[in-house]
Amino acid sequence: MYAYTDFDRQFVHARAAQFRSQLERNIAGTLTDDEFRPLRLQNGWYVQRHAPMLRVAVPYGALSSKQMRQLAKIAREYDHGYGHFTTRQNLQYNWIPLVKSADVMDLLADVDMHGIQTSGNCIRNITSDALAGVAVDEIVDPRPYAEILRQWSTLHPEFAFLPRKFKIAISGAEEDRAAITWHDIGLQLRKDDNGLVGFEVFVGGGMGRTPVIAQRINAFVPWQQILVYLEAIVRVYNLHGRRDNLYKARIKILVKAEGQRFFDDVNAEFARILADDAGGHEQLITQAELDRVAASFTVPANVQPLAAQDIHAHAGGAYKRWLERNVHPHRISGYRGVTLSLKRPGQAPGDATDAQMDAAADLADRYSSGELRVSHDQNLVLPWVRESDLPELFAAAREASFATPNIGLLTDMIACPGGDFCALANARSIPVAAAITERFDDLDELYDIGDIDLHISGCINSCGHHHSGHIGILGVDKDGSEWYQITLGGSDGSDLSGAPQPGKVIGPSFAADEVPDVIESLIQTYRASREAGERFTDTVRRIGLDPFKGPANAQRTLTGAAADAGTKELA
Amino acid sequence: MKFVKDTAAEVFTLANDVEVDTIAAELPNLSVIALNFPKWVDGRAYSQARLLRTRYRFKGEIRATGEVLVDMLPLLQRTGFSEVQLRADQDEAAARHALEFFPIGHYQGDVNQPQPVFAR
Repeated sequence: MYAYTDFDRQFVHARAAQFRSQLERNIAGTLTDDEFRPLRLQNGWYVQRHAPMLRVAVPYGALSSKQMRQLAKIAREYDHGYGHFTTRQNLQYNWIPLVKSADVMDLLADVDMHGIQTSGNCIRNITSDALAGVAVDEIVDPRPYAEILRQWSTLHPEFAFLPRKFKIAISGAEEDRAAITWHDIGLQLRKDDNGLVGFEVFVGGGMGRTPVIAQRINAFVPWQQILVYLEAIVRVYNLHGRRDNLYKARIKILVKAEGQRFFDDVNAEFARILADDAGGHEQLITQAELDRVAASFTVPANVQPLAAQDIHAHAGGAYKRWLERNVHPHRISGYRGVTLSLKRPGQAPGDATDAQMDAAADLADRYSSGELRVSHDQNLVLPWVRESDLPELFAAAREASFATPNIGLLTDMIACPGGDFCALANARSIPVAAAITERFDDLDELYDIGDIDLHISGCINSCGHHHSGHIGILGVDKDGSEWYQITLGGSDGSDLSGAPQPGKVIGPSFAADEVPDVIESLIQTYRASREAGERFTDTVRRIGLDPFKGPANAQRTLTGAAADAGTKELA
Repeated sequence: MKFVKDTAAEVFTLANDVEVDTIAAELPNLSVIALNFPKWVDGRAYSQARLLRTRYRFKGEIRATGEVLVDMLPLLQRTGFSEVQLRADQDEAAARHALEFFPIGHYQGDVNQPQPVFAR
């Protein structure tokens, strides 16, 4: 975990005080609601369907048990007793009155947390691999760089009012577990032939209405220069990105429109910063600074290599399944990473109550050196678990509702809060997620179906990453009622999913009540068509969409007419 | 930061969709450059100001005009603006107060403090 310095601590308290002052001016009537809006957004405060929503930054998904307990306390005392972990590794509250917002910011600052730049047209929370620092396939630990990027982007004076939001993800492993090419900037840590560390830089990815995979702009930027390179990209975007149309304002549109000229502009800007600018060289990251930050990300003192155990020997029943699905290899002998599943019947994907947050903090203290991670797919991860503690942890996790052995399976789905909470949503996500969870409640069946990414978004803003799901479900609004468009074959770029790509629509939208039947039919088509060892996404790749369409469309009981009318719309 | 009320005759206005580079040759003859915020959330002029100061070493005044609001002051100051012409309804005392929240400074370098906190 990054250890806050006095400067860091004073900084978040200063930000909380600034926000309190702005809130007071808003309440006093000297700062209008319209003009307060961008300011509160840049502190994480949206106004949603029922109440303001607060998005708390969890930088690159890392949380201490102390921070988790504070999040639980805020849920208990200021919200309706729960929070929602997001695909960008943040935490959202849905019920805190705006008048209490400044008090909550103070409580967050007390545990070195904040909501800075979790919304607004600025550089958002930097996301990363939930297994950073423990993954067996890690090339370079991304966390020190993610923290340096967090500091660089925090209240950057030039980039606070970009054309649109700006998301950066960073991976340091062979496998991309952070969906980096789906981001405005994706950073992949590399080592060159001499062992020097640098970044492969991708730019122009994004979801939304126009799903685009980021393109490689530079094969290797030495780590010392990465802040300068990012400044060059963001400056070119700030000056040239479109501001006339909200839906064409993301950097992906600029990159697509300008192509090579955009790359040339960025590389020229990068060269000029270093050649001409006063202070240009000051932004080169020094070895001393990297060492200072990296010192926070060493292996915890009480974690010492141990004799590796055959954890599967004598394991049976539910415990065996939990080991198979929720327990991950670790770079240190005798240790494992363990996912606490936030996907279980009766609760929305990614939701946790205050009691569950406290329980997760307790588990982290007992079994994981007090550290937790929020994963991109909306679960929690304990990164430092001794193999010898696994049986005890399993029992404790089960007691606390975290032991559903479904990681990577159909019910481990990604879903946004949807129309139940979000003012942007066209349709609800949570009831659809619940209906699918209920339909596939048989573990044997889930195991037989195997690895699959099911992603649900309540609207085209794509917070539920439907574009990258092997099965994607998108809520759409037609004539004031809720419909769901279904896509197949999307990929986030993980090893399982293959080269990143958006899924393709299988037909006109379905009614909510039809969705579980459609999902079941897609699964049946896969099971009937799969070859030995093929996962769902492999079969889709091999046989294409057509074999899935007929059976899926046969599930229409409410949208028969829509199916005919909709063909035109899809053309 | 200087608060100004009216547009003096000697002010050169650079629109926010024009490259700073296009006026590079004229800079020695200019004493005041006005950079415009057609909407306060249009942040292009922050980049223009920063380039004028750090790349072209412009020593004259850089004035913020257009929809200039109280809470923009910290950004304006850090990107090299030296004068602001607040929107008529904005309170100058509140704008001065807006500059007081971060006496400890910021993480990244800026026009006034080129060194990031790690290099200080």
